[in-house]
Amino acid sequence: MLALQPPQQAPIEAPQIEYSAILPILILLGAACVGVLIEAFVSKANRWAAQVTLSLLAILGAGVAFIVYVTDNPPQRGLTTLYKTIAVDRPALFLWGTLLALGLGALLLIADRTIERGGAFVAQAGIRPGTIQDRVQAASGGMQTEVFPLTMFALSGMMVFCAANDLLTMFIALEVLSLPLYLMCGLARRRRLISQESAVKYFLLGAFASAFFLYGLALLYGYAGSVKLADIANAAAGSAASDTLLFAGFGLLVVGLLFKASVGPFHAWTPDVYQGAPTPITAFMAACTKVAAFGGILRVLTVGFESTSWEWRGVLWVVAIASMVIGAVLGLTQTDVKRMLAYSSIAHAGFLLVGALALRPEGLSGTLFYLLTYGFTTLAAFGAVSLVRDSSGEATHLSQWAGLAKRSPVLAAVFTFLLLAMAGIPLTSGFVGKFVVFSAGIQDGMTPLVVIALLASAVAAFFYLRVIVLMYFSEPAPDGPTVTVPGTFTTAAITLGVLVTLILGVVPAFALDWAGTGTFAF
Amino acid sequence: MNTQPAAMIAGTSGGGSGLLLALLLLPLLGGIVVAFLKDDRMAKLTALTVSLVELVLVVPAWITYVPNGSRIQLALSVDWIPNFGIHFSLGIDGIALTMIALIGILTPIVIGGSWADKLPEGRGAAGFYSLLLVMQTGMVGVFAATDVFLFYVFFEAVLVPMYFLVGRFGGPRRQYAAMKFFLYSLLGGLIMLASVIGLYVVSKDYNNGVGTLDWQTLSTVMDQAPLSTQIWLFLGFFVAFAIKAPLVPLHTWLPDATAEAPIGTGVLLVGVLDKIGTFGFLRYCLPLFPAASKELAPLVLILSVLGIVYGALLAAGQNDMKRLMAYISIAHFGFIGLGIFAFSTQSIAGSALYMVNHGLATGMLFLVVGMVIARGDSRSIRDYGGLAKLTPVLAGLFLFAGLAALSLPGLNSFVSEFLVLVGSYPNAPVYAIIGAVGMILAAAYVLWAYQRVFQGPVRGNALVGLSGGPGTAGDPAKASIADLGVREKVVLAPLVVLIIFLGFYPAPVLDVLQPTVDATLQSVGLADPVGGK
Repeated sequence: MLALQPPQQAPIEAPQIEYSAILPILILLGAACVGVLIEAFVSKANRWAAQVTLSLLAILGAGVAFIVYVTDNPPQRGLTTLYKTIAVDRPALFLWGTLLALGLGALLLIADRTIERGGAFVAQAGIRPGTIQDRVQAASGGMQTEVFPLTMFALSGMMVFCAANDLLTMFIALEVLSLPLYLMCGLARRRRLISQESAVKYFLLGAFASAFFLYGLALLYGYAGSVKLADIANAAAGSAASDTLLFAGFGLLVVGLLFKASVGPFHAWTPDVYQGAPTPITAFMAACTKVAAFGGILRVLTVGFESTSWEWRGVLWVVAIASMVIGAVLGLTQTDVKRMLAYSSIAHAGFLLVGALALRPEGLSGTLFYLLTYGFTTLAAFGAVSLVRDSSGEATHLSQWAGLAKRSPVLAAVFTFLLLAMAGIPLTSGFVGKFVVFSAGIQDGMTPLVVIALLASAVAAFFYLRVIVLMYFSEPAPDGPTVTVPGTFTTAAITLGVLVTLILGVVPAFALDWAGTGTFAF
Repeated sequence: MNTQPAAMIAGTSGGGSGLLLALLLLPLLGGIVVAFLKDDRMAKLTALTVSLVELVLVVPAWITYVPNGSRIQLALSVDWIPNFGIHFSLGIDGIALTMIALIGILTPIVIGGSWADKLPEGRGAAGFYSLLLVMQTGMVGVFAATDVFLFYVFFEAVLVPMYFLVGRFGGPRRQYAAMKFFLYSLLGGLIMLASVIGLYVVSKDYNNGVGTLDWQTLSTVMDQAPLSTQIWLFLGFFVAFAIKAPLVPLHTWLPDATAEAPIGTGVLLVGVLDKIGTFGFLRYCLPLFPAASKELAPLVLILSVLGIVYGALLAAGQNDMKRLMAYISIAHFGFIGLGIFAFSTQSIAGSALYMVNHGLATGMLFLVVGMVIARGDSRSIRDYGGLAKLTPVLAGLFLFAGLAALSLPGLNSFVSEFLVLVGSYPNAPVYAIIGAVGMILAAAYVLWAYQRVFQGPVRGNALVGLSGGPGTAGDPAKASIADLGVREKVVLAPLVVLIIFLGFYPAPVLDVLQPTVDATLQSVGLADPVGGK
């Protein structure tokens, strides 16, 4: 039975690995593993200091490795490594830089212990909410320091996600970034029930989304015989296989991605999770997950499915419109600041999708730039939200924000600036972001979509303005919340966000240059 | 700094390029300083000083401007976002220069006029005057920008201080008015943004494949664009401008904003901010989209004439004095729109001059109305009567400003209104005739308002107290209402002088405007039916 013998296999070669290129990810993953060990071996009293130091050093180290690599190798085209599963090209590098900077900001918010004694996280997650022990833990100074290694895992997952060149790697990265997030959502110190509810909700819906992604992956593998994006693109260009498989697979895959990016109508988890999760985690999710998810969407659409764009673009038009309309209209009815920002993020996801759909260099660079601007603005905004507190914790109900400008002119001014940036008023980064994304859209002949997007931004402006009205024009309630004076960490994070929002609004040219050089490598 | 590109285009007056930058930045810096002053009096004094220095800076700009020189003068251009061909470029033509001069004149007057205003409880003067100065920067920027992107930036940025001025320092319904104002303008602005982006994309096809937003380049290449493209882009700009210089039916925000705004802010709102719209027609709609402008002119003319009649009728029916100002302005913007889209040298020159004259005449009327309200503490005309007996000087100045607003010959508005009507008759006779009817209505609403407030026996709740009731004979004890003080006279004096001067001798302003008007008309490419110069 010679014929059935397996063909002579070539000896397995170890893949070429460009260690210098993926060093930032390795550093973060290493730090995450060491962080887990710290949990096991360092005494409870010293854990927080050890974890914070390690995480900060890891992000800074990853940043240094990243900068060294970028300055040494300015490749226009980029390279692929690890058997072509990871593409270190310009978009990936831009997203990595963005993620590292945003991750640093989020980490600072997570590490802050001045706003609330012991930090925003529960002392012991195992204690049931509402019990006496729970009250004791709420008043205690400890926290679950596992948050730090979890953050590192999530961040490295995100970095892999937006550089993943095949769908299987992408799926693994998706899980690496999602699982820690599910956990961290449930770790709020105050209002623990809503926090745990958000964690469960996120987990269940996220599991569904992952399943969709996996089914899509399977169908695409059936179609193309490969999970590599480039192979799928080749197969789509000239394959006799049934298109049903291709588009069913694509559809399922994209649903999984859109879910992570909280694009409507796959947004249902967003408001609840944004509201329930500890605010630093919300900031981390809103900024970094969005960047990673859109990085993935950009790569999948451009590398894998550009040749078939004619068939699926109409559907994503509808998705983009739905997202903008849902975000803008439902945002109007919100009475909670965090939920309002969640709907705003849904609307922004719609705007981002306009750029991602343009499928041309301008669209790519525009979307990348928009991600950078939106990430920093939203990070600072959630940082600011965490400062407004009353005796029961954060005061996120909008009515509690009345007259805030009188209590704390600085916070009100900062938050107003960030809201104006989200509304897209000139001289903020939000405006430049909209300009570049929408100009890419018009260049690609999507004028109706852009007009709808602009109308949606006008509607969304209304709820941003409403907060400004509340803060400045209303009289403060007598028993209203106070504004905590933040410590170094949170101040640094908010300042970082505000400065980037301002600088990218006034002199955006350099960042546009970064975003605009080079395309995907595959 | 890299000033070469624009300087080469501008040709003349390279030396004065810093002047516009100074005009732009001085109020901003002043505003920042004022914001940190704790003492109210100190804040007012600083703000006044800054605005006077700004006025002084306008003088060299006026002198260096060569009316028959190049299209854009005092130019300055720096690369801003090279990825999108966007420059930070400033420059003025005759219309922009006169508007900047108007801003320079009105701001110190407004600061002087607001000097004794009672701000809502708990709001400091520093905030008010600082916002006023910041807004001045935005206004100067709108008129001085020669890059469409930069123009858009100022166009939107000027909303923010105005929003806070109305929302923080205005009347009882200030929140509603501020929100309405902001949302209307933002909506218009975002529609315009679509057109700005579209303009950038389309310009690639006519500018050797390089997208640009430089106004001078665009104005030479965009006439090659097909009519349909031009119409879409035109409409985007037009909606934004029609909201700004409110043309009926996009005007509804103005009466609310004007009624709730503090007097000084209201003067700047109708006097300058709304002119951004008419300026936009002249600077952007006509030269960039000539074919579309011609095609859609009837539409604009209808809206303009509608505005003239509608504004006048509603003004006649108003009981609220501040809303009256808004409707008078709506009628006047109708005239300006009529003149611009009638496409003759005289009518466009008339409109450009009207932009200045309306600022002076209605601005003064608004200030006087503010002084009446400050005395009677009511905006309602019904609450007054026979005020002339108590405050004869105030009454006289009200009448004077009112006559200027209704275009009495010998006062400034007459010249412009006459030019508009004479110039638009050959091209648009029907519209010109309807517009002329508006002049008669103007006499009615101004004089009727004057009569109700100032003539007859002293009466009304505001003057004789609630117990007196309407129609009660004057109580001499109520004569505590004082006539104009020195400050108020000083504030109004320059306006009186300018209104009379420009009424008899408008040549200095017209000479500055005329070449720009000619150039604008030339860019539309229509033969001038009246012959012009």
